[in-house]
Order: sequence, then structure tokens, then C-alpha cells
Amino acid sequence: MDDITNLILKSIFVDNMVYTYFLGMCSYLAVSKKLTTANGLGIAVIFVLTFTAPLNWLIQENILKEGALVKYFGEQYATVNLDFLQLLMFIAVIASFVQFVEMVIEKFSPTLYGSLGIFLPLITVNCSILGGSIFMIQKDLTLVEATAFGFGSGVGFYLAIVALAAIREKLKYSNVPKGLRGLGITFLLTGLLALAFKTFIGMSF
Amino acid sequence: MSTEVLDKKIKKEKISEPLLSKRRKKIISDPFNDDNPITIQVLGICSALAVTIKMEPTIIMAISVVFVMIFSSLITSVIRNYIPTRVRIIVQMAIIASLVTLVSEFLRAFNYEMFKTLGAFVGLIITNCIVMGRLEAYAMGNKPYDSILDAFGNAIGYGWIIITVAFFRELLGSGSVLGFKVFEFIGWENFPTNGLMVDSVGAFIIIGLIIWIQRSISGYVEN
Repeated sequence: MDDITNLILKSIFVDNMVYTYFLGMCSYLAVSKKLTTANGLGIAVIFVLTFTAPLNWLIQENILKEGALVKYFGEQYATVNLDFLQLLMFIAVIASFVQFVEMVIEKFSPTLYGSLGIFLPLITVNCSILGGSIFMIQKDLTLVEATAFGFGSGVGFYLAIVALAAIREKLKYSNVPKGLRGLGITFLLTGLLALAFKTFIGMSF
Repeated sequence: MSTEVLDKKIKKEKISEPLLSKRRKKIISDPFNDDNPITIQVLGICSALAVTIKMEPTIIMAISVVFVMIFSSLITSVIRNYIPTRVRIIVQMAIIASLVTLVSEFLRAFNYEMFKTLGAFVGLIITNCIVMGRLEAYAMGNKPYDSILDAFGNAIGYGWIIITVAFFRELLGSGSVLGFKVFEFIGWENFPTNGLMVDSVGAFIIIGLIIWIQRSISGYVEN
């Protein structure tokens, strides 16, 4: 249990998706102008990451891995390695999962769809989702750990985007040099926030 | 009657348009500065910054993006009239993912060291918004040749920014350029390297400064 807590906290603070791996930067920059929308996107990312990471784990272990096909078709498939299909499979799983969730939410909870719905299509092309799946494979996690990692990474993204949105809302009232307005100051802010997150590096939980 | 004549005239002009007409040169040159994908359109920041610690992987990354963008634009543009609008995202994803797989397998076969250095970030070109963004914005509605030019221009506009970032990060962070120890060469033995530049913090700050300089020169102001 300790390991899992450790993994979650580590993926939130130390291996933060945005500040350490630069993943999900596009939506991080584009959707962080208002706190409410940032909040909606953040929650959607947590949700999708928590489910796509274990889904992709199952696909990798049961279909794509070298020798995984043996249990279905017999010994002659022991050397078959479908690793090269990894990217295609993962992105297909993510795209269809997002589409599926969108349909379910639209059917059962129109209010939630109203607040979350517009962000779901955006999420397919959010690098942090695909990145989460690829990192999870590289780190050789188990199924439970993969779920925890997905959840932790999602929370990390949520924290990052909400923090930036809150700062940018306050920033409206300040006098920023002309050339820095908008994207420039946002990047400098992100740099400072990343620096703040660096302080968590030595920590063990 | 008059519109017919006009139509004919336009058609004729289109046929006789030179391979690199003024309009087409503008398609290529706009993304360098005035319409740069990273600093103005805010596309493609995601995965690419992570490889900018050293110049060499950055250049490989830029070349990969040029390749993926040109061919995905070409394919999308050729079949654009046959793609149903409702499933276009998935079709584009499939095209991009196949091309990226090609790049990644090529690197694994011919430059395994580089493949390991770049790691997951080659695969992440798929979700690099710049590819998808240009397909949606340009290749879905324009002819193949123009789409290739647009893709090329944007990929180069993207490439020069990340290579500039990599240059400063490698110079200040490791004291070298393309692996060549510059400061030792000019006789500055113990050049104090800056750990922040090797870290992700350096990339954010450098790109923020590049945007500031670029916008101060061009006078572009965001509201």
C-alpha cells in the first residue's frame, strides 16, 4: 500500500506531467484563461487518464507484448512481437474511450455534459494522455500501479492548470509590458511554477 | 454570362500559376515569423520542448516533424473529399500514427542510441497539436501542393524555435554546442554551467524570452 501512495504522490509532484515532461502544454496554455474552464478540463483529464492507463496496460500485456499471443494460438507464436502497433493501438483506445464517455455522459447526465462535454474531444489530442500510457509501459508497472500512476498524473495536470488559471485571472489587473502580454508572461510564469515544483524532488513520502 | 467568363478567367489563372508564385512563397514564409506555430498560434509546444536539452536530438526531432507533417498533409489533402466530417479526427489520427510509427521504427533500426535518447517523445509526435492543427486548418480544405508548402513552412517555423531553445540550453547548461565544448576551446576551463538550463525551468524561461523579443520586434500585441 505504501508503494502505491508513494507512486501517486511522486507522479503528482515530482514527475509532474506539465512541469517535468512538458506534456499537455497546448491545452495547459490555451484553456487556462479562466478558472472554471480550467477546472472542467482538469477533472476530465483525471478521469480519462485513470481509465485509459489500465486499459492500455491490459492491451499491452495481453496482445502486444512479445509472446503474449501464445495463450491464444499456441507455441508457434512465441516470437511474435507486436510492439510496433503500440502507438496505433493506444491512440485508438484513447479516442474510442473518449468518444464512449462522451456518449454515456450525454445520455445520463446532461448537466455534467454541459460543463465537461466540450473538453472531452480536446482530450484525445492532449499529449498527457498518450504520454501517460507510454510512460507506464516504459516503467514496467503492474495493473494496480498503472491505475495509480494514471490517477496521479491526472491530478498533477489538474493542479498545474488550476494554479496557472488562478494566477492568470489575477494577472488581468496588472500592467504587463506589451510584448510579454499573453503567451510570453504565461511561459515565464510556468517557468517559475516549475521551479517551485522542483523543491519536491528530494522528498520521499 | 459574365460570371461564366470570370470563372474561366480564374481557372486559367490557377492553371498558369507558377510553382513558386508570390502567394505560395507567402504560405511558406509566413510561419517563420508572423504566424509562427509556436509563438503565435500556440501549437506544438507539448512534447518537443522535452528534447531540447541537447541540440542533436532536437535536430532529429525537427526533421521527424518535418517528415510527418509533409506526408500527413499530402495524404489528408489527397483524400480530403472522401473523408466524412464526423470521423475526420480518427482518420487524421490514423494517418499521423502510421507515419510516426514509420519514423520511430526507422530510428530504432538506423540510430538506436538516438531512439533511446528521444524515448517516448518520438511517439508523442502523434499528439503534437501542430500536426493535427495544420491538417484541420489547412490540409482539409486545400489542394495537395499548397498543403505540402504550408506543412513545410510550419514545420520549419517550429523547427527553428526549438533549435534556438536547444542552442541556449546546451550552451548555458552544459557549456557546449552540438557536443563541442566551446568554453574549454576558448580557454575558459571551469565555465560555471547553469543547472536550471538543463532542467525544464530553463526551457520555459528561454521560450518566454524568445516570444518577448520576437513580439517586441514585430509589434504583435495579444489582448
